[in-house]
Amino acid sequence: MALAGNVSKGVDLSRWEIVIGLEIHVELLTDSKVFCGCATDFGGEPNTRVCPVCLGLPGSLPVLNAKALEYAVKTGLALGCEIAPFSKFDRKNYFYPDLPKAYQISQYDLPLCRHGHLDIEVNGEKRRIGITRVHLEEETGKSLHAGTSIVDSPYTLLDYNRAGIPLVEIVTEPDLRSPEEARIFLEELKRVVEFAGVSDVKMEEGSLRCDANISVRPRGETRLGTKTEVKNMNSFRAVQRALEYEAARQVAVLESGGRIEQETRHWDEAAGVTRGMRSKEQAHDYRYFPEPDLVPIVLTPEQIEKWRQELPELPAARRERLMREYGLPPYDAEILTTSRKLADFFEEAARQFPDPKMVSNWVMGELLRLLKAEGKELDQVNVTPARLVGLLQLIRAGTISGATAKEVFEEMFRTGQEAAAIVERRGLQQISDEETIRQLVQKAIAANPEAVESYRKGKEKAIGALVGQVMRETRGKANPQLVNRLLLEALGKPGQ
Amino acid sequence: MEKLSQEQVEHVARLARLALREEEKAIFAEQLGQILAYAAKIRELDLANVEPTAHVLGLTNVTRPDEVRPSLSQEEVLQNGPEVQDGYFRVPRIVEEG
Repeated sequence: MALAGNVSKGVDLSRWEIVIGLEIHVELLTDSKVFCGCATDFGGEPNTRVCPVCLGLPGSLPVLNAKALEYAVKTGLALGCEIAPFSKFDRKNYFYPDLPKAYQISQYDLPLCRHGHLDIEVNGEKRRIGITRVHLEEETGKSLHAGTSIVDSPYTLLDYNRAGIPLVEIVTEPDLRSPEEARIFLEELKRVVEFAGVSDVKMEEGSLRCDANISVRPRGETRLGTKTEVKNMNSFRAVQRALEYEAARQVAVLESGGRIEQETRHWDEAAGVTRGMRSKEQAHDYRYFPEPDLVPIVLTPEQIEKWRQELPELPAARRERLMREYGLPPYDAEILTTSRKLADFFEEAARQFPDPKMVSNWVMGELLRLLKAEGKELDQVNVTPARLVGLLQLIRAGTISGATAKEVFEEMFRTGQEAAAIVERRGLQQISDEETIRQLVQKAIAANPEAVESYRKGKEKAIGALVGQVMRETRGKANPQLVNRLLLEALGKPGQ
Repeated sequence: MEKLSQEQVEHVARLARLALREEEKAIFAEQLGQILAYAAKIRELDLANVEPTAHVLGLTNVTRPDEVRPSLSQEEVLQNGPEVQDGYFRVPRIVEEG
């Protein structure tokens, strides 16, 4: 029976150590499936990206996609793994109609990659998380359950369009010590895989999925506690929440004298609880055996080295370089490397503009704000690095004010027009002519004797009303620095 | 090698989703035992210096370029499905067993 959501609250975890290992599946970004030529794109109609091979028809034979192999190895290299000189495929046998063959082609005892690691930073502390293995396998098909849940659905519908898409399974060591650490690890892993160019890693589209093994033990204990496997977490946030719940549940069970059942538990996002799946068969018996339809893979050191050379700069190295080369603070470097596209965008703009911090502020501020508001990706919008630079040059030259620039940016974001053209068409040029501004300043002083009075009595803030008046008169186009300077000149120091 | 135990036969029958009658279980316990005994003969050899065989052909690295080729039509894909619905295969509801 599942515990109610609030049982986990109020549990004191301080005497307990949480131990977490993750198993992550990532779809690789190939054009065709891993063992046949069917397309991997999202097809509208079900069962239209299917052929005799991925349908498991008798007499058909799989042939390995060279690109899938390359991407799997590159994933391993990006995670600091040793690449196996000799590797093979195995059949994992199970009866579940998400694969029509009644087995999945996977790798068992000789995976492509082993013994890697990924470094993360958790609350200022550097942590190295071990990667046990990375192997290549095939994606399963999609099951649609009629009815309200898997349990009461009268039948299941199957679409094999996704069946056979190349997948890497990444398994970590049980090195993670908190649900937060697990989330941070996943975020960094996502960045690494995306930077390496092997996947588009969209968790919401299912191209990155994560299951977690979790156990707790009293602090100081070296033996591992009994673990549960938590599934069905659909976002990084969900992973953290599910693991927080599950750790507290285990502690509550143990502290009340119970014991943990080794089982698979499903995360119920809406209820905020994990629930045990009643399983008759606890130990999986997949009867792995070498896949006779595929021959082994032998990789030479030269081939592996070539792929290693082809790997682009990975997020950690890029963060370092952004700080070193552009003098950015760690926070900026962190945000700008959330995706390779964003980092590329920043760098392309920063190379064309003398103030990298200003570029960074605009990318992290207005650009990310609008992308988020519109729910769009960087490559779906019209703003290019060159266009952003065009805008920044107008600010730098004093042609427009910062406030106006935000307005221009928004229009540029939507229409893709050049900043200069928008400014010209809408007449947004900043008024920087001293004589014009001086007249407006005089007018403002004459019209606001009370503000002038209180300013002279020492209330410095009163000057704001005068600045406001000039800005209103010019519909925001007056150069604010100039307005300030001329006002001060006209009024003298406060209190005089 | 002696014959398999009743539990072992029931286990492999279940893995293969086969329903066996009691007398069949006895027969298969005997026969499977014989098959295993036959295969176990290899253990009499000294294989300490022999690499495990991953594949019998001796070929390696057979790959194809990442090129999309035509799939079957939906009609062709579904034509052997005992039950189909709206372009999907339809199967009895799936009960997770572990």
